[in-house]
Amino acid sequence: MIPQRTATSSTLTLTVNDTAHTVTADHRTTLLDVLREHLDLTGTKKGCDHGQCGACTVLLEGRRANSCLLLAVAHDGAHLTTVEGLGDAERPHPLQEAFHRRDAFQCGYCTPGQIVSGVGMLCEAAEGHPSHVTPPQVLQRATGAPAELDRDEIRERMSGNICRCGAYPHIVEAVEDVTA
Amino acid sequence: MKPFTFERATSPEHAVSAFAAQPHARFLAGGTNLVDLMKLGVETPGHLIDVSRLPLEHIEPTPDGGLRIGANVRNSELAASPAVCRGYPALAQALLAGASGQLRNMATTGGNLLQRTRCPYFQDTSVPCNKREPGTGCSAREGVNRDMAVLGQSEHCVATHPSDMAVALAAYDAEVELLGPEGTRTVPAAAFHRLPGDAPQQDTVVRPGELICQVVLPPPPAGARAAYRKARDRASYAFALASAAAVLAVDGEGTVRHAALAFGGVAHRPWRARTAEEALIGTRAGAESFGRAVDAELAAARPLSGNAFKVPLARNLAVHLLTTLAAGPPDDLSGSGGPHGSGGPHGPAADGSPGGPGSTGSPDSTAGR
Ligand SMILES: Cc1cc2nc3c(=O)[nH]c(=O)nc-3n(C[C@H](O)[C@H](O)[C@H](O)COP(=O)(O)OP(=O)(O)OC[C@H]3O[C@@H](n4cnc5c(N)ncnc54)[C@H](O)[C@@H]3O)c2cc1C
Ligand code: SF4
Ligand code: FES
Ligand code: FES
Repeated sequence: MIPQRTATSSTLTLTVNDTAHTVTADHRTTLLDVLREHLDLTGTKKGCDHGQCGACTVLLEGRRANSCLLLAVAHDGAHLTTVEGLGDAERPHPLQEAFHRRDAFQCGYCTPGQIVSGVGMLCEAAEGHPSHVTPPQVLQRATGAPAELDRDEIRERMSGNICRCGAYPHIVEAVEDVTA
Repeated sequence: MKPFTFERATSPEHAVSAFAAQPHARFLAGGTNLVDLMKLGVETPGHLIDVSRLPLEHIEPTPDGGLRIGANVRNSELAASPAVCRGYPALAQALLAGASGQLRNMATTGGNLLQRTRCPYFQDTSVPCNKREPGTGCSAREGVNRDMAVLGQSEHCVATHPSDMAVALAAYDAEVELLGPEGTRTVPAAAFHRLPGDAPQQDTVVRPGELICQVVLPPPPAGARAAYRKARDRASYAFALASAAAVLAVDGEGTVRHAALAFGGVAHRPWRARTAEEALIGTRAGAESFGRAVDAELAAARPLSGNAFKVPLARNLAVHLLTTLAAGPPDDLSGSGGPHGSGGPHGPAADGSPGGPGSTGSPDSTAGR
């Protein structure tokens, strides 16, 4: 439904981790704020609120995105996956398990964003997406074959997630564990 | 952020007429720049017209062997498109050198072209800025100007255009198709962005309310190789200090037959290096002739107090890029000639670097030279 021209808020439906929610939100509300403030899904973190840190990463229709730069009203009807939807303490996602095993965090604030971004990144790589460090010969062949992920590739593809604690070495190892 | 009304465009024509009815409107695509600027109070639209669901998502061959790219194609999809990777590798590389995986998944072709400068004074509403508030003055010119322009700036504005993608589009002679109330018109990508002059508030030649519908790439020049290089403060997820896109064709005699060179990060628009190109065409390929051509271009540079380093940076970036391109096989690897020409795609580049253009390490390490 197209909201009325005079309204500065709208009612919209979002499917988050397979559960449909109807929320009424001011147009200024980002998906990040809907998740945290309206739906009490506080696993997704707010770091910079300007697309610079990756703490707010969610999967939107299966693709990783910074939820702090997405206006909820523009995503009426969307399907989202947050860190809560990947797994929980009883049944963690393999990447969550790897982060735990590798001690891939210190304060943990960036961790949900890192993990969701990692899951999205692995999907992109499986679909054959190239990266900035992909050798030009490989890029130009464009075979569509899954991208091979060495440490340089993982670092480049995960560069949208900043870790102020500098846990990068273990984060890369955790992602590597899941690609192996 | 200012409250705003919202509507979703149902067709390109509807988007244009909806804008005409709402003087304080903005089109919303991926939102990665617009929403950021709304949070900062730099953009204060009263109405948003969501164009992100318009069916402008095609990547299609044109009858003459070029490529049409819909305005809503995401930067990540465009960079992963086999047609782009094979035929326009410098475009794929430019896209992949920009922003982050998350941002590229949302950023659109149209929004990328129209992203605003990253000048910190532009983003700070507490200080003067002619681009944000015409007539208030330019805080950057005598301020912290390390990241600012060295070519084509004016006393009114010294900002750079931040897009990587636009630099590659300029080098490939792409055209941008716009829909306005009066119909469709086409603008060359290299003339799409403006120099600031005395109207820095206008980044581009787009008129208010015109919608970008698609970008059209001509067929890649026969026998050409192309690549994009970017120098930045960190290896990833940073804007360019300087960047270069080049499309180069060298014949069997070693004579340059086609040369297109564009710089990013050094001017208010992607800087198509026409002087260098003229000097290149017909010369023997080599580091010396490339150096002379690029020097001729950069003779026009007028660095500010804090950014003189950009001139040698841009020079070395371009000369290294051209030299690497001249040494390798042409891009059309799928063509009848096949990829296994002299040296083959896996052979080391003639300059001794481990791979060809855009290979790991070389683009960013250039910054340290
Ligand atoms: C932290 C960060 C780092 C970044 N790093 C880089 C980088 O290294 N290199 C780089 O190139 N970019 C970088 N970017 C910028 C990013 O590429 C742009 O934000 C993005 O391309 C904008 O696309 P969008 O679809 O999100 O545009 P939006 O934010 O939706 O729109 C941007 C502008 O374009 C207009 N617009 C959108 N679509 C149309 C259309 N079809 N017709 C007419 N007008 C339209 C909007 O009205 C708005 O004015 C970075 C961004 C962030 C936040
Ligand atoms: S350089 Fe341009 S954008 Fe930056 S403060 Fe000066 S006028 Fe504003
Ligand atoms: S909170 Fe969204 S990127 Fe930092
Ligand atoms: S673990 Fe503290 S920010 Fe990454």
